[in-house]
Amino acid sequence: MRDTTKRLLAATAILALGLVPAAAQGSAEEPRAGGVLNMIAQPEPPMLMVGLNTQGPTLYVGGQIYQSLLTYGQNLEVLPSLAKAWTVSDDGLTYTFTLEDDVRWHDGEPFTSADVVFTADAFLREAHPRWRHIATTYVDSIEAPDEQTVVFRLSKPFSAFIYAFELSSFPVVPRHIYEGTDYRTNPANQTPIGTGPFKLQEWRRGSYIHLVRNEDYWKEGLPLLDELYFRIIPDSASRAVAFERGSVDVLRGGDVEGFEVRRLSGLPDAQTTTEGWEMYSPVVFLQMNLREPPFDDVRIRKAVMHALDRDFIVENVFFGLGEPATSPIASTTRFHSEDTVAYPYDLDEAKRLVEEAGLDAQAHPVRLMPLPYGSQWDRLAEYVKQQLEDIGLVVDIRGVDPGGWSQALSEWDFDVTFNFTYQYGDPALGVARHYLSSNIIKGTPFGNNQGYDNPRVDELFLEAAGAVDLQEAADAYAEAQTILTDEVALGWLFEMRNVTIMRDDVRNLVRTGIGVNEAMDEVWLDR
Amino acid sequence: MSFLRLFARNKGAVIGLVILGTVVAIAAAAPLLYPEDPWRSVGRPLLPPFENLRFPLGTDMLGRDIAAGIAHGARVSLLIGLVSTSVAVLIGVGLGAVAGFLGGRLDDLLMRFTEFFQTIPAFAMAILLVAIFTPSIASIILAIAVVSWPPVARLVRGEFLTLRSREFVQAAVVIGQSGPRIMFSQILPNAMSPIIVAGSLMVATAILTESSLSFLGLGDRNMMSWGFMIGAARTMLRDAWWMSVFPGLAILLTVLAINLVGEGLNDAMNPHLRGRRA
Repeated sequence: MRDTTKRLLAATAILALGLVPAAAQGSAEEPRAGGVLNMIAQPEPPMLMVGLNTQGPTLYVGGQIYQSLLTYGQNLEVLPSLAKAWTVSDDGLTYTFTLEDDVRWHDGEPFTSADVVFTADAFLREAHPRWRHIATTYVDSIEAPDEQTVVFRLSKPFSAFIYAFELSSFPVVPRHIYEGTDYRTNPANQTPIGTGPFKLQEWRRGSYIHLVRNEDYWKEGLPLLDELYFRIIPDSASRAVAFERGSVDVLRGGDVEGFEVRRLSGLPDAQTTTEGWEMYSPVVFLQMNLREPPFDDVRIRKAVMHALDRDFIVENVFFGLGEPATSPIASTTRFHSEDTVAYPYDLDEAKRLVEEAGLDAQAHPVRLMPLPYGSQWDRLAEYVKQQLEDIGLVVDIRGVDPGGWSQALSEWDFDVTFNFTYQYGDPALGVARHYLSSNIIKGTPFGNNQGYDNPRVDELFLEAAGAVDLQEAADAYAEAQTILTDEVALGWLFEMRNVTIMRDDVRNLVRTGIGVNEAMDEVWLDR
Repeated sequence: MSFLRLFARNKGAVIGLVILGTVVAIAAAAPLLYPEDPWRSVGRPLLPPFENLRFPLGTDMLGRDIAAGIAHGARVSLLIGLVSTSVAVLIGVGLGAVAGFLGGRLDDLLMRFTEFFQTIPAFAMAILLVAIFTPSIASIILAIAVVSWPPVARLVRGEFLTLRSREFVQAAVVIGQSGPRIMFSQILPNAMSPIIVAGSLMVATAILTESSLSFLGLGDRNMMSWGFMIGAARTMLRDAWWMSVFPGLAILLTVLAINLVGEGLNDAMNPHLRGRRA
């Protein structure tokens, strides 16, 4: 009781104090320089070298150090970053980028087109699976006619190519540090050198990562902040408390559990947004192994879809932080189609389908492998087990650790599990990989692990990716979405809505479609 | 004085027995009281307790009935407590009896083996075993049994060491009874009281260990257990206290009851303590 009263008093005080300056300065806010922004890196990243590791926290911290050629707005419009201008030839085969002048690496060396060519042709081709796929399939040559220009020539049109230059797909790395070395063991990975607005000052493992203002940043007068701290707080409840107490200003989506989001959003000095995830638009799906019974039968898969109440999942398991998904392509990205086969929650229909399929459930018990990412995923597994048992399946939950999950899925040794992946702005980059029969490969949990194989779908995805005309691509994707939902290639559950919670005096933090991974050069504090 | 009257002299033990009896009754009646699967969503999620008579203890985040979970969890807790203790007692009695009766090199060897297990922190070892054998009811029982037999072995060895030099044992040797026969028909019955007392207390420890394992997410994911309920609810303690408090109370009461009963058994069975409360 006393605590609540104290908090209320504090809240009132903050409100009262906050009102005075706001009233004094009016609605047009003038950005102010200086200040320290405290954030959380959860979990602690293994390294900050974005070219070698693209996990969430690496991008979050590394995005302040490294930059890409382009970035993307919240409507996925293409925006300049290290490239100030770009042109695409009419045949869709030649992409010409003009780079910013006077950009320097953190060690003072000039940034030139040679760095970009090295990044694209050598570094990422070796170290980055997604770029390697694009480079080997579509890119004919990468040239630098002068210090400020880079030209990519493609062997065939690829409509998604312009979306391949985002931070996690194409971070530009310094040639003078990496050329001729073993990229993965280069000691410079521990002392990252980028072109970004902040430089690594100190990384105290298990405690914090401290970045400081890059005085020679190429954008005049920026960045506005002096220092960034990424605190490392392994316990979820402590992270929530850190925000409440004010020792942390920003909580990135996933930093705290869903029910904490609701509570912390309600704090008087907090502001929230679900923007800033448009480029990634993660879609959560049920992955069923199509190679073996019972999921080799499309009627069983349809029954599963009818048996799951996606509204219930979003509301009660994920605390409202999502939208039920109706298609493989997220509604926040391009080419999403509404014209798909829908599976309303209907247990009777589900039971009818199971009966029609004549399944001998006892002979084919199902191993359900929860995604080992925390309690919400465990609850999801419990809910799904219950629902599937209701329609007559026999389900056994097999808990695994992250390594075990990745391995089982990569080796196709699973019956059913959950997964979610980023969409990267264009279906050719983030969606097609789950359905192309050429991607039925072992070794990654993010391919076509369920073993879906439909030549028509392959054709449609290739046609769409190669289309120069956007309408043509949209038509092909629409047909693909109809087929995929009809055959239940995956059981799409919901589109995640990640919430960024921040102190109400933090300005300009979420400005683009990559959200908090964007360089925080224009972020400022109104305090 | 009869055993029952001795036992009844300890008020705490009687209270413990009443609580334990209630828990056993609930566990036995769970399928009748709550015929529905305790994992099933039956009501509105996060319903507070004492508001809706259908769900006297409220519902959890998926709308599962907490009361049903506690009733079905009692079955799991008691089952794991009893079975794992029986296994541990079997191992402990076997090794302890052989070591204490035969003595010599074999005794040394068996005791060093026992000490080897005693030097490893029990709970850490249980976690390790369950993680290696993947969590299931069998692996949990096995893990608890493996970490809890050494004290029994040492106790039984001590009893056997003292009893084997008694006259009745020597008499049995003289009339030509075989070693195993002497061990199990002469000495063991006389060593039973401390074993029963130790075993009853081990049931409580086993229930606690199972709850801790489930709390850490290493329980059998297909069985409702108290530890699991708390583990799942703990992060929401501030929003929905009833989800963790009721299963917590269930563990507390059950373990307390078993300890009280164990204490009562000890008082009643140990002749040295008979005058303690008089």
